[in-house]
Amino acid sequence: MALVLNEEQQLLKDSAEGFFGEKAPVSQLRQLRDDQDDNCFSKPLWGEMAEMGFSGILVSEEHGGVDFGMVGASVVAEAMGKNLSASPFHASSIVSASIIALGGNDQQKGQMLPAIAAGEMLVTLAVDEQGLHNPEGSSLKAEASEGGYKLTGLKTFVQEGGTADKIIVLARTSGEAGDKDGLSLFVVDRRAGGLIVDQTVMTDSRGWAKMTFEGVQVDADALLGEEGGAMAALDPALDKARIVLAAEMLGMAQECLDVTVAYLKERKQFGVLIGTFQGLQHRAAELFSEIEVTRSVVLKASQMADMGGDVSWFASLAKAKACKTVELATNEAIQMHGGIGMTDEFDFGFFIKRARVVQALYGDYGYHADRFANRSGY
Amino acid sequence: MSDLDLFQKETRKWLEANCPASMRTPAKGEDDICWGGRNFVFQSEDQKVWLQRMGAKGWTVPTWPAEYGGGGLSRDEAKILASEMKRIKARSPLVSFGIWMLGPALLKFGNHEQKLEHLPKIARGEIRWCQGYSEPNAGSDLAALATKADDKGDHYILNGQKVWTSYADKADWIFCLIRTDFSVSKHNGISFILFDMETEGVEAKPIKLISGNSPFCETFFTDVKAFKTNLVGEVNNGWTIAKYLLTHERSGIGDMGTMVPLSALAREKLGTPDGQLGNQMLRHEIVEHEIDAAGFMFTLERAKDEARAGGEMGAFSSMLKYYGTELNKSRHELIVKVNGSDAFEWEGQFSNNGEIARNWLRTKGNSIEGGTTEVQLNIISKRILGLPV
Ligand SMILES: Cc1cc2nc3c(=O)[nH]c(=O)nc-3n(C[C@H](O)[C@H](O)[C@H](O)COP(=O)(O)OP(=O)(O)OC[C@H]3O[C@@H](n4cnc5c(N)ncnc54)[C@H](O)[C@@H]3O)c2cc1C
Repeated sequence: MALVLNEEQQLLKDSAEGFFGEKAPVSQLRQLRDDQDDNCFSKPLWGEMAEMGFSGILVSEEHGGVDFGMVGASVVAEAMGKNLSASPFHASSIVSASIIALGGNDQQKGQMLPAIAAGEMLVTLAVDEQGLHNPEGSSLKAEASEGGYKLTGLKTFVQEGGTADKIIVLARTSGEAGDKDGLSLFVVDRRAGGLIVDQTVMTDSRGWAKMTFEGVQVDADALLGEEGGAMAALDPALDKARIVLAAEMLGMAQECLDVTVAYLKERKQFGVLIGTFQGLQHRAAELFSEIEVTRSVVLKASQMADMGGDVSWFASLAKAKACKTVELATNEAIQMHGGIGMTDEFDFGFFIKRARVVQALYGDYGYHADRFANRSGY
Repeated sequence: MSDLDLFQKETRKWLEANCPASMRTPAKGEDDICWGGRNFVFQSEDQKVWLQRMGAKGWTVPTWPAEYGGGGLSRDEAKILASEMKRIKARSPLVSFGIWMLGPALLKFGNHEQKLEHLPKIARGEIRWCQGYSEPNAGSDLAALATKADDKGDHYILNGQKVWTSYADKADWIFCLIRTDFSVSKHNGISFILFDMETEGVEAKPIKLISGNSPFCETFFTDVKAFKTNLVGEVNNGWTIAKYLLTHERSGIGDMGTMVPLSALAREKLGTPDGQLGNQMLRHEIVEHEIDAAGFMFTLERAKDEARAGGEMGAFSSMLKYYGTELNKSRHELIVKVNGSDAFEWEGQFSNNGEIARNWLRTKGNSIEGGTTEVQLNIISKRILGLPV
């Protein structure tokens, strides 16, 4: 397979860039923040995204999705990254749809996937319990109770946690924190008794939450996949999620570069355009190069994910590289703008504040660099 | 079975039968490569046989037209050939400036006679070329070159000096930039000409490098006769050709960056207790490098696939040159670190005469030859990002 977008994917890219540029530019996120919007995304936008097929991008046609695959999902995420478009796309359509498709039984798939694809049901994943990503470190407990399970413990850093209708939660049915085995996935309704959802305002103004499970009782059929075998679905689904996050970071980095280059061609100091200064030219050229390398790994990882099989090496490569690049891009963008780059009125603040959150989500640079090395056999 | 599937099957069979076992190991450095040429001394019979067999099929230059000694393969077929060679770790049968620099320029700008005369000899490894671009006062500012050409009807008389001419002492012919008009602006008076290094008045003096080797020369021209039949393209339009050739040179130099398997070497030297490299600080540096190296490998793949789909690589070759050579330098720094004090052995059997140190030092030139890193960054910022001059 050639490492380029095919015609259909290129068309999708163009239409996604047009769509988000028009319907969900950075100014929309600013408005949501200033309005202290409870949803942290625009419902009408999400409705239109569903009409475009974006909400069902990874869902099979059998379940009402458009099944554009991971290259398609990455292309859409990149356009969202460029515009910082806020939506439950990642939580519901990427992470949750992937876990359900991989681990769910027919009934669960039938109940949730069509609703996710239609944008009518929001599902999210509650995986981490501490600041640093560590699924195996989960200790939230699921004990047998009344023919089902009782969940007790805390989850943090849950995407769209305040608005999700259903939460897929990673819980320990046996073993100790740190064991890969003994972890299970459960689908919990957000209105379940004993579940306390604390919306958390974070730097990126998006919909995050902490969740406290105080003996939440669920039926046996809430179990998703095998008891004790959560990783079979979680790991590959998280890898897809990481690749799509890398694509979002690629979009952010590209936008930072584009806006910065435009500024270098317009701002004058010492009587000349600052873009004539070689000190800045070379930094822009280096950033361009890093972004191109990032573009290659995101596309490669997305293509490999579409081909199936274990893509952990590619996913960690893409996430690690994109983390590095977006960190450089956001920092350089501010620096090369001077004072104006520090103002809230200017959009870069939104980019750096979103970028660091996405960098941390489902494993930061260190997590994925280490995993990449392990997968490479050293 | 599709045509491409069939091609793949047959290629695999042919390579299995024709690639000698000793040619299925990576080359150990510049001295281990087959450069071809009138005076080339083959290091082994296998190396010679491998060149002859591949040369006869035109597979040293798979995509060149068959009438000029190439394989006449489509780009898709060439990609298959490359991946089949990679599968059995087959080395390139021939590496030469003729293949990766002059050939593409001749195919684009040369006339039929010039192509017929020069390309088949490049393909078969019969003639080895060197590049006469840089001069003492024309390095990064290449267009300032001053080698003077006097028009004598059917030929020119050349006087001047080139410098840093790689393998001028080993090459048979030179592709050379000369000044055919001093009265116009510097870019508009340059011509691109070819001549035999055995021509009277050509003298190449090797220069010793920090690696202890002497791969490049000062090259002097005193009343050298060069025929106009070997002037490529139009008179005074050599700069266009020179720049086009540089894009091929640059993507080729960038390509070398990922050749040595660093992580395998590190595993062997540092050991992997608990499945990880014993030295955590080095492991950190290595993984950081390997992430960029993998990313660069896919960037090369993407750039080639994009070129396959839509033409020339153009200024993007500057990005490949910059990134690939900086990577190669950091890769060799890491190879040195992984080997510790063993890396600094300069002579002796044990280290194959200081191979590690000499290869490491050689890489410092990667970000200078073919246009420096700074020049590549200038090109990216002007030609790709459109920043003002
Ligand atoms: C191993 C090796 C092999 C070579 N082989 C060949 C060959 O076969 N044929 C051939 O013709 N030449 C060859 N060269 C020459 C090579 O192309 C030149 O060395 C190179 O173009 C730089 O020119 P210079 O050495 O004159 O350095 P200079 O141009 O003097 O550069 C000195 C420093 O100034 C910087 N600099 C110069 N201009 C700028 C600018 N505008 N902006 C920012 N920084 C700038 C450079 O980046 C460099 O750091 C080879 C060089 C090496 C090292």
